[in-house]
Amino acid sequence: MMMQRLRRSEEFIRFGCESLINLRPNKNSVPRSVSGFVTHYDTKGKLFESNVGNHYNTHRCLGRNLGMLQQYKCFGSSSASQIERKPLFSSLDSKDVSSFKEILGDKNVVEDEERLETANTDWMKKYKGSSKLMLLPKNTEEVSQILQYCDSRRLAVVPQGGNTGLVGGSVPVFDEVIINVGLMNKVLAFDEVSGVLVCEAGCILENLATFLDTKGFIMPLDLGAKGSCHIGGNVSTNAGGLRLIRYGSLHGTVLEAVTANGNVLDMLGTLRKDNTGYDLKHLFIGSEGSLGIVTKVSILTQPKLSSVNLAFIACKDYLSCQKILVEAKKNLGEILSAFEFLDNNSMDLVLNHLDGVRNPVSSTENFYILIETTGSDETNDREKLEAFLLKSLEKGLVSDGVIAQDINQASSFWRIREGITEALQKAGAVYKYDLSLPVEEIYNIVNDLRRRLGELANVMGYGHLGDGNLHLNISAADYNDKLIGLIEPYVYEWTSKHRGSISAEHGLGVMKANEIFYSKSPETVAIMASIKKLLDPKGILNPYKVLPHSLFSH
Amino acid sequence: MNTPSLFISGGLNLPPPEIKICFCSLFFYFFSFCCYRAMKILVAVKRVVDYAVKIRVKPDKTGVDTQNVKMSMNPFCEIALEEALRIREAGFAKEVVAVSIGPSQCVDTLRTGLAMGADRGIHVETNSSFLPLTIAKILKSLAEVENPGLIFLGKQAIDDDCNQTGQMVAALLGWPQATFASKVVLDKDKHVATVDREVDGGLETLCVELPAVITTDLRLNQPRYASLPNIMKAKSKPIKKMTVQDLKVDVKSDIEILEVTEPPKRKSGVMVSSVDELIDKLRNEAHVF
Repeated sequence: MMMQRLRRSEEFIRFGCESLINLRPNKNSVPRSVSGFVTHYDTKGKLFESNVGNHYNTHRCLGRNLGMLQQYKCFGSSSASQIERKPLFSSLDSKDVSSFKEILGDKNVVEDEERLETANTDWMKKYKGSSKLMLLPKNTEEVSQILQYCDSRRLAVVPQGGNTGLVGGSVPVFDEVIINVGLMNKVLAFDEVSGVLVCEAGCILENLATFLDTKGFIMPLDLGAKGSCHIGGNVSTNAGGLRLIRYGSLHGTVLEAVTANGNVLDMLGTLRKDNTGYDLKHLFIGSEGSLGIVTKVSILTQPKLSSVNLAFIACKDYLSCQKILVEAKKNLGEILSAFEFLDNNSMDLVLNHLDGVRNPVSSTENFYILIETTGSDETNDREKLEAFLLKSLEKGLVSDGVIAQDINQASSFWRIREGITEALQKAGAVYKYDLSLPVEEIYNIVNDLRRRLGELANVMGYGHLGDGNLHLNISAADYNDKLIGLIEPYVYEWTSKHRGSISAEHGLGVMKANEIFYSKSPETVAIMASIKKLLDPKGILNPYKVLPHSLFSH
Repeated sequence: MNTPSLFISGGLNLPPPEIKICFCSLFFYFFSFCCYRAMKILVAVKRVVDYAVKIRVKPDKTGVDTQNVKMSMNPFCEIALEEALRIREAGFAKEVVAVSIGPSQCVDTLRTGLAMGADRGIHVETNSSFLPLTIAKILKSLAEVENPGLIFLGKQAIDDDCNQTGQMVAALLGWPQATFASKVVLDKDKHVATVDREVDGGLETLCVELPAVITTDLRLNQPRYASLPNIMKAKSKPIKKMTVQDLKVDVKSDIEILEVTEPPKRKSGVMVSSVDELIDKLRNEAHVF
């Protein structure tokens, strides 16, 4: 084992350094990433283990010997800690700033350090860029002009919305210019018959929900970040959220998006069906701003149904949770609108770190489930939910539970589930993973990781059980390299082994850009790279993110 | 006391007078203890539009639109019911009876009350919407039938904000009242309740003799959730249906609601260009001076 490791590290030092110096990698060699994470894909398509043990050594080796301009992150994360700024990108100069001021006006060109400080740091305070300029366009025309200029000058840009992303995709890595669409926050049109809402990309999700509430409609997505996130960002990252199980993903609901890549691609439409040619909008949905900037969104909203019921139940083990999911889908059927779970560690964390929350269930159990139903007939839905829960209680699947009697109680139940992220921030350092796994396997990874980490950290599992999406979080007192070494790439390999996805809804951003191979084959990724080159030949849109860096060293 | 049983027992000698008196006082004490032990608490609960719903006025201005909106138990009534349940659990009362007056859907609200832990429910069915005085008369009739030791109500309903029913019930029954209760302590022996009331100046402590009417304020307690086992038990708890005719109450109201409108929308501010214009606006438009 040691010999293998030594050989690997030797290999890396030779080839790794080579690829740093020789920026045009050998096309025949195995794809290697600059960051030090070598992933092999042999002809049979099996994934070999990367040299995780040596990751710490390579840090020091490269840092000392090569002295290149490198971006070290605030804590010892894996691949993200060794990106280097592409020398091909130009640096900002005063002429650029004055050109932007001409396009946008003086007020919307921000060089103020305090505001840049916030814009440069992501919500989790994990990633921090060093951009010197933030631009605030007010309409599509301005976005187009800015991008045209940046493209001609080869200035890298970062599209930014609410900056609530969890994978470092919304903040600059180096000194990219930030284009924040926050000023484009108008609702353009709303059709009360079809329920189609057309609005600009900078509208905050909660504001849209409030607006729709007055008309008797609801947004098809709901997430914890709704108070700050922009709909443009949601669309660009194909956000999931709590209601995915009922209303589907944004790929189905969003009808069109307008993107600007110097060119304005007006695909905005309000038609429900349109089979004319290749449906390009799907490329932009989930591209995380790397193919274009979304400037307008046309989204199909759902009518607001009056009867919403929420139950908070406790189960002894994960097997019961799965059975309840199956039974809920069968018995509650069309009225089921959310199915979330959290484990005991998450509940404890929330109770300890947030004020004004109490455990709705009187006993402490291993798992808690939130089931929400939305329908049009209050009495009918209520009876259905009660009958289903009582039957589960009798069968022993449920050990205890409560049903919310009014909207206040319902909000307090949701506060527990939505507050876990907040509580994690307060608890110290947190390593976040968002995995899609077959439902039977979801909790096995939590148990395996607990055994692996032992006393070092607190492992929590919660998430959208109804969609097979686990939010795996490891909470420790502070960040340390030993911990990250134990977690990555173990988590990714585990997921890959069980044919899961390493990023169910958070996206790849900068955190997982190089790990894409755990979930997608090299051929698929190669086509993704070609599409990126086609739509963004100079690679100025959100560089270093989404796709592995090795594909773009040119 | 010459009870029939003593005669039947025939050959037994009558107990000496001292023992008889002891027996009397023991019996009386036991009787009153039983009375206290058998104390019933009547809790009035109202079905209202849910607190978190944004209400709208009906286009014909006859009231608030209650079609297709979520209805739940009035939050203050929840607090009242919770307090009654706590008193029963502490051993001061035997039975908690929830009563609701309104259309057939009030049964849902009563079921919620039963799921929280009330022992039985009474539904006075009517399709008219009654004002506080009529409700108070109905509750008075019910109290005369049920003989509770305490009547709990929420201090006000969130749909009309009247804050009248509790006080009117007490007046009609001639019972003492302790409104806006933020703490209730019962004294078993003295048959009184010590109630802290939230008043504008702070807290006022009252001592009321039972039977009494108490209306509850926000800080009294945090209502419990309806747990599944309790919901299951609630299915078998009885809800008695009654009508206003059964209770012989005159429901004719002296008040007629003419119109319900929304408050005027806040007008946006106006920028003035000079001090003279400001003074002019203050004098002629705002009528400040």
